[in-house]
Amino acid sequence: MERSIFELWGHGKSPEELYRSLKKFPVEKMVPFLHADSTYKIKIHTFNKTLTQEEKVKRIDALEFLPFEGKVNLKEPQHIFSILEDYGLDPNCIPENPHNIYFGRWIADGQRELIESYSVKKRHFIGNTSMDAGLSFIMANHGKVKENDIVFDPFVGTGGLLIASAHFGAYVCGTDIDYNTVHGLGKASRKNQKWRGPDENIRANLRQYGLEKYYLDVLVSDASKPSWRKGAYFDAIITDPPYGIRESTRRTGSQKEMPKGIEKCPESHVPVSLNYHLSDMFFDLLNFAAETLVLGGRLVYWLPVYTPEYTEEMVPWHPCLELISNCEQKLSSHTSRRLITMEKVKKFENQDQYSHLLSDRFLQYQGHNSFREKYFSGVTKRIAKEEKSTQE
Amino acid sequence: MKLLTHNLLSSHVRGVGPRGFPLRLQATEVRVCPVEFNPHFVARMIPKVEWAALLEAADTLHLVEVPPGPVQGYERDEEFLRKMHHVLLEVDVLEGTLQCPQSGRLFPISRGIPNMLLTDEETES
Repeated sequence: MERSIFELWGHGKSPEELYRSLKKFPVEKMVPFLHADSTYKIKIHTFNKTLTQEEKVKRIDALEFLPFEGKVNLKEPQHIFSILEDYGLDPNCIPENPHNIYFGRWIADGQRELIESYSVKKRHFIGNTSMDAGLSFIMANHGKVKENDIVFDPFVGTGGLLIASAHFGAYVCGTDIDYNTVHGLGKASRKNQKWRGPDENIRANLRQYGLEKYYLDVLVSDASKPSWRKGAYFDAIITDPPYGIRESTRRTGSQKEMPKGIEKCPESHVPVSLNYHLSDMFFDLLNFAAETLVLGGRLVYWLPVYTPEYTEEMVPWHPCLELISNCEQKLSSHTSRRLITMEKVKKFENQDQYSHLLSDRFLQYQGHNSFREKYFSGVTKRIAKEEKSTQE
Repeated sequence: MKLLTHNLLSSHVRGVGPRGFPLRLQATEVRVCPVEFNPHFVARMIPKVEWAALLEAADTLHLVEVPPGPVQGYERDEEFLRKMHHVLLEVDVLEGTLQCPQSGRLFPISRGIPNMLLTDEETES
């Protein structure tokens, strides 16, 4: 997410170079924004240096040679122009003169203010793994979420990802295997808070941001056993599946395998066990997406990776889904997660769900299953120890 | 649970397959809550709706003025879209059950949230 976009009119490593460059910029491109009936203002942005008001005014005055014919309006100008001065990246070594100076017409700002207003710190209902607000907007962007879409999250948790999609005007729904989380009951995740109040659930989160009208439904459901009818109706599936670290990976179990102390779902008493193998989970997720996404719809999800073993072949594959992007975020020295974006390019046919059996290329990478072990194992600790000793 | 959601849900009890749809709705507590009318969204949903299932559910809830099917030029028919908006998005089942039409298995709805969990034995392998 960029901060701002400008149309560049001139550039130089010194003011003189900048002015020469500006004089070369085609006048016919400038005129639409400088004509007598328009209003404008000029701003200065300096990176890694602070200028006095006097210094700023001097620089703006120096641009008088440009054919500005409009009137200055500081409050609500039609056009904003900016001088950008780059003084490098080292705050301890600020040069006298800038390395680069740019002049251009402002077009748009990246929506960074969204991150602040949707910050998890202020949100009413959070969980242990609530997605950082900035990342949830990035995921919605990757999913090309737009007004009037339907967006689904099969591992919805406290609904953070739904908020970002609702912000873009999509109607949202989600499922989670955890009854208490979906209902907003039980232990709170916020430090110093004993209890999840009646205002703590996914619907309340949307209400907090004035997005309640986009709330469709949430359900208690096991993503490995989806209860959606056949058909393609979701415009995007945006989700952060559990990696088995801070939240356990779970699926419903059998009445027979009832080890002591196994958790049972309140209300229905279905035993909820602890072994949803990660590779099965991603395979199920891709299959589900291939079936229920509209053509052109997107699946966006996080894939946990044990970095020393990562290769591109590990990224789950499906004949109906095309890989659009794969972006890494480091979690620790030897683990990271990858934001995977896929687009449905082919209609789902029954045989597609078995494609992984047909070819070596599509053999599920079993290494995902041991992600949790590797994360916690002595392997990681030993590598860290070795690195430390080589540094000393 | 809204009727739009109900229209997309199916039973996944072992062996029922497509006969698991639609789930038979039974409601003990229903709430009507106004939702801002958005004709574009409603129009987008019309092609996705399974009408027979919608009519059956609406009938169970004794809803009136439910269009029996999409009309010609529905995208611009505000009256039609408003009726569909009400049926799909403004009627919320707070307490009740969803029943698999084939196996009879019940899925409870509480506080507006359906619980679709099944044990291993009950579901498809």
